[in-house]
Amino acid sequence: MSDVTRISEEGSAGVPGDAPDPSDDERLAELFSFLRRRLTGEYEVDEFGFDPELNDKVLLELIRPVYRHWFRVETLGLQHVPADSGALVVANHSGTLPVDALMMQVALHDEAHRAVRLLGADLVYQLPLLGHLSRKTGHTLACPEDADRLLRKGELVGVFPEGFKGVGKPFSQRYRLQRFGRGGFVASAIRAGVPIVPCAIVGAEEIYPKIGDLPALARLLGLPYLPITPFFPWLGPLGLVPLPSKWLIEFGEPIRIDDYDPIDADDPMLVFNLTDQVRETIQSQLDALRERRGPAFPPIF
Amino acid sequence: MTHTVLVTGVSRHIGARVASVLAADPGIGRVIGVDTVPPSPTRDGGSLFGRTEFVRVDLRSPDIAQVIAAANVDVVVHMSLVSGPARSRSAMKEHNVIGAMQLLGACQRSATVRRVVVRSTTAVYGSAPNDPAVFTEDGEPAEVPHSGYAKDASDVEGYVRGFARRRPDVVTSTLRFANFMGPGVDSPLTRYFTQPVLPTVFGFDPRLQFVHEDDGVEVLRRMALEDHPGTFNVAGDGVLLLSQCLRRAGRLPLPVPSPLFRFLGEVARAGGRVDFSPEQLALMCHGRVVDSGRLIRELGWKPKFGTAAAFEDFLRSRGISGGFLATMAGA
Repeated sequence: MSDVTRISEEGSAGVPGDAPDPSDDERLAELFSFLRRRLTGEYEVDEFGFDPELNDKVLLELIRPVYRHWFRVETLGLQHVPADSGALVVANHSGTLPVDALMMQVALHDEAHRAVRLLGADLVYQLPLLGHLSRKTGHTLACPEDADRLLRKGELVGVFPEGFKGVGKPFSQRYRLQRFGRGGFVASAIRAGVPIVPCAIVGAEEIYPKIGDLPALARLLGLPYLPITPFFPWLGPLGLVPLPSKWLIEFGEPIRIDDYDPIDADDPMLVFNLTDQVRETIQSQLDALRERRGPAFPPIF
Repeated sequence: MTHTVLVTGVSRHIGARVASVLAADPGIGRVIGVDTVPPSPTRDGGSLFGRTEFVRVDLRSPDIAQVIAAANVDVVVHMSLVSGPARSRSAMKEHNVIGAMQLLGACQRSATVRRVVVRSTTAVYGSAPNDPAVFTEDGEPAEVPHSGYAKDASDVEGYVRGFARRRPDVVTSTLRFANFMGPGVDSPLTRYFTQPVLPTVFGFDPRLQFVHEDDGVEVLRRMALEDHPGTFNVAGDGVLLLSQCLRRAGRLPLPVPSPLFRFLGEVARAGGRVDFSPEQLALMCHGRVVDSGRLIRELGWKPKFGTAAAFEDFLRSRGISGGFLATMAGA
């Protein structure tokens, strides 16, 4: 018994994957100690409900094959993501379902070794399952209190300022950034004195090409939109399989805002201008990245 | 200068502990404990209270003013906020709200009262999906509680604010406690955790926070002896998810859809065991976490028990250990 404990402690001390090819015994021991911790509740969650172990070992593990093999995501500009201090990552949002948020999360976790704390829509936290899974993977509600608190703690916070307007826009509008709301995220960054890292995500636009909408039914179900794609709802659940587009995620040079005073966060003109600046930066980054990627699908499509 | 302290709600566990700890303080002249019912006979009144003088007063009546005037009370610690209905919801509401009004009215007329400490609860923040993850004292809840214990506490806080405005010379402290946890605590939540199978709301895993009774007593003691005006959250460090609590207690969850959970709650309420209000359902869905930073800065002191440690102490005292889940994991 003591042997098992010792081995599992060694196993969990190193970064997974860095260990020089652990034997089957060690892996089994680690699995058992993982299961024991999970069954007895001996793990920690933070005040937002983030469960790092569950996130890394279970939830992200489920998405990783999609990230690596389905969308073949490539990340660029990782040097622009701060290694251990607070920053606000601002990205474009698209794809009908917010798969881009998950891919960005894997990119930052596996390649930049940062747990990104995304700010999500109210709707997510009202729904069963989705709300608590979202908290367990480190995300929280998009509100100034939570954003400020996370940034003050030096966390890497991610936002999609387009919200539903971005993720639910029709296919014909692809790669065109929608309006950026009131720029609350800029105010939060100014208050916390952290840089804004613009992020462009290319590839999500093609996964579920939204060619129509069922607004009446959506209202009935309390959803912001109910999409029609070439495959959904025609093929039923099969229509929910995303198309395997090629993805690129690029983090741009941080927009420094630390020369502003925290009270400037209350200046609407300044916040609007900065919001515009961030939006234009991401749009031009997006255009260049789209060019660089080329066609979304191999020529056989 | 010696104090005369009036403690309300001394027939309940935390109230009794606060009265006894104050009675043990040589700097305090007299401790007068009042409650609607006498201290429960199972507890040995003499040793528990020390030299506390018990006066049976129905807080809903104006008699309390006479007690305050007759004894020249200078510190009032109001703890008489009940979460379980004695007989009915209306009786509970009267006890909580009318009781607080009478007491504050008496304090307002008193020339001797210099400090008022009121026990409230973090339930005043409610629990809603569109609330911030962590409440600070200045935070506005998305939905003001509109029923049950939380509404009572919210109303009481309103009267306390009114009192503080009218009597700015009196130091008024409002303490919003997270759920109490510990060996002697008997609350709807502790009763919930001692059942063999625990209904949970399907698809939700709320974040919970506890404050250990020892820390609660210590905070109340300090507030009674020193001037700390304002409103303070009191909670142990850290959070536990409900699923984590259940696993630590080795209890099996029984996830039920929220309408069924509400029904079970109503059944429990009809049994007179708990006050089950829509707020309880909301708590079991969305949870609630508060920031105690203001209290820690103000007192220069930190609760000794974090949320997890408080829960562990509660489990240990009730002889609840890992159960079969731990046995399975240990096998």
